[in-house]
Amino acid sequence: MTALLEARGLCKEYGQVQALAGADFEVRAGEVVALIGDNGAGKSTLVRALSGSEPPDSGTIRFNGEPVEISSPTVAQALGIETVFQDLALAPHLDPVQNMFLGREMMRPGVLGRLGFMDVTRMRERSRRAFDDLGATVGDLGGPVGSMSGGQRQGIAVARAAAWASKVIFLDEPTAALGVVQTAHVLDLIRRVSAGGIGVVFISHSMPHVMEVSDRIQVMRRGRRVATFRTSETTMEELVGAMTGAFQQEQGQQQGEA
Amino acid sequence: MATTTGGGTNTVITDASRGQRLRRLQALQILVLLAVTMTVFGIARPDTFLTVFNIRGIVQNTSIYAVLGVGMTFVIITGGIDLSIGSVLVFSGVVAAKTMDAMGGQGWGTALAGAAVACCCGLGWGLFNGFMIAKAKVPALVVTLGTLSAALGFAQIITKGLDLRSAPQVLVSKVGFGNVVWQIPTLSVIAAVVVVVGIVLLHRTRFGLYTYAVGSNAEAGRRVGLDVDLHLIKVYALAGLLAGFAGILNLAFFQSTTIGGQSNTPLNVIAGVAIGGTSLFGGVGSVFGTVVGLFIPIVLQNGFVQTNVQPFWQQVVVGAVLIAVVYVDQKRRTAAQRGKSPRFSFLKGRTR
Repeated sequence: MTALLEARGLCKEYGQVQALAGADFEVRAGEVVALIGDNGAGKSTLVRALSGSEPPDSGTIRFNGEPVEISSPTVAQALGIETVFQDLALAPHLDPVQNMFLGREMMRPGVLGRLGFMDVTRMRERSRRAFDDLGATVGDLGGPVGSMSGGQRQGIAVARAAAWASKVIFLDEPTAALGVVQTAHVLDLIRRVSAGGIGVVFISHSMPHVMEVSDRIQVMRRGRRVATFRTSETTMEELVGAMTGAFQQEQGQQQGEA
Repeated sequence: MATTTGGGTNTVITDASRGQRLRRLQALQILVLLAVTMTVFGIARPDTFLTVFNIRGIVQNTSIYAVLGVGMTFVIITGGIDLSIGSVLVFSGVVAAKTMDAMGGQGWGTALAGAAVACCCGLGWGLFNGFMIAKAKVPALVVTLGTLSAALGFAQIITKGLDLRSAPQVLVSKVGFGNVVWQIPTLSVIAAVVVVVGIVLLHRTRFGLYTYAVGSNAEAGRRVGLDVDLHLIKVYALAGLLAGFAGILNLAFFQSTTIGGQSNTPLNVIAGVAIGGTSLFGGVGSVFGTVVGLFIPIVLQNGFVQTNVQPFWQQVVVGAVLIAVVYVDQKRRTAAQRGKSPRFSFLKGRTR
């Protein structure tokens, strides 16, 4: 089975810092891939490179086997790739429906739509269904998102990504700010989304969450992938060893490391 | 999990609707303040204040500010500011007056040509503001402070500093002082149309939604593919266009280009917008609130004159109201955002 989204040798520099130094990555349809690594290992940079928000300096990205250039978030969206960033990227003064459809509003038919009038009722119905599908507890579809709890905002951001993604979803630390119940909820969400045939990639520092929900685990260190494991065949000790550099799987890529 | 669970959901409903209620409450508070002010003056001077003649004067005096206020509301909702509108108004009026002078004639043809020229001038300045702010990333405060100076300078160069007083007869008699029917001034009807269009544009269309989105979280907009820069250019262009249009109305009303008389205009309009509940931090606001906010200074001025209070008190009271309203806004924001400190984004420029 070929990978849905595949990256080879991605490099990205920020001034003196080499955030990505020839990183590889792949995700298949319907699988959950966890991306782990110490702080500064390049996880977030990799996600930003693959979601178009900060294109890499060099390297190749293939989508369904075809080389693609993901130069902006719009390009990623057109491919069916959605991202939930750590900061969620919601507009706090807008309500959940407006956030859900921001940039993709449903317009009224005919002349009214041409004049810029939106079909608020239909957007509201679709949002309600999307939130219900994923079990996101959004009480008031008309209230500003900024006044809602962290868990609810997370739910809205994930539901938005899930509603629009047809191929791949990236989640950057989706459980970092959440309590126990809400975390269980988000992990449940991840399973539901992948069950629908979408490739889910999530960054996490929490080993138990990674072990619980992922199919495969890719370990990053100093801007490279250093190991890939099947979750069912690995242990926490092995993962920590790979993260800290005690264990190396992909030897060929370790040249030139100090 | 598909069914919404009890506790958490209920809390959200109360929180959110409390937020909404507060927001409506503020618009209402300002309206109540206006009503109370008018009642007090009405009781103090029943014979002169609440007369058709006086109310007509107040409405007419607010009209040009209202046209400017619509554009300013959009700009401030994006988290920006436009200090140039007074100068753009003057510049547009001057160029329109020159054009109409050159054309000659006192009829509608000349007047409409003048209006078109004024609108184009305003649009041009607005586009320049927007481009410098959105693309060149110069802070809005600096750009519009620059165009405030430059537009007025050009107006003075063109006129050699002397006000032009040539407006076609029809413009002055029909638009400036005329009534549509009975005691309803044409000027105010034109302004009301602009206001209604502004309300619909802001609250019912995608353009309005993007205006809120840009002011609320521009980065979030960018991530979902909004062309934030283009939208900012459009918003400043709209403010410029309306300032240009106000230029021709101003010419009709005062029969003068009022070169020296508009230096306080942008600040008065900004005060009205802020009093009307539009947040200077962006993301929140309404055109309706702005119109109410613009009425308050003019009603105070009018009322103080009639009650033999020194009219200078108006400036003191407006200043106090402005600070009080923004203080309340600030309080509400910190309560709503829980710890996130508000920021004057227009002071920082848009560097991201």
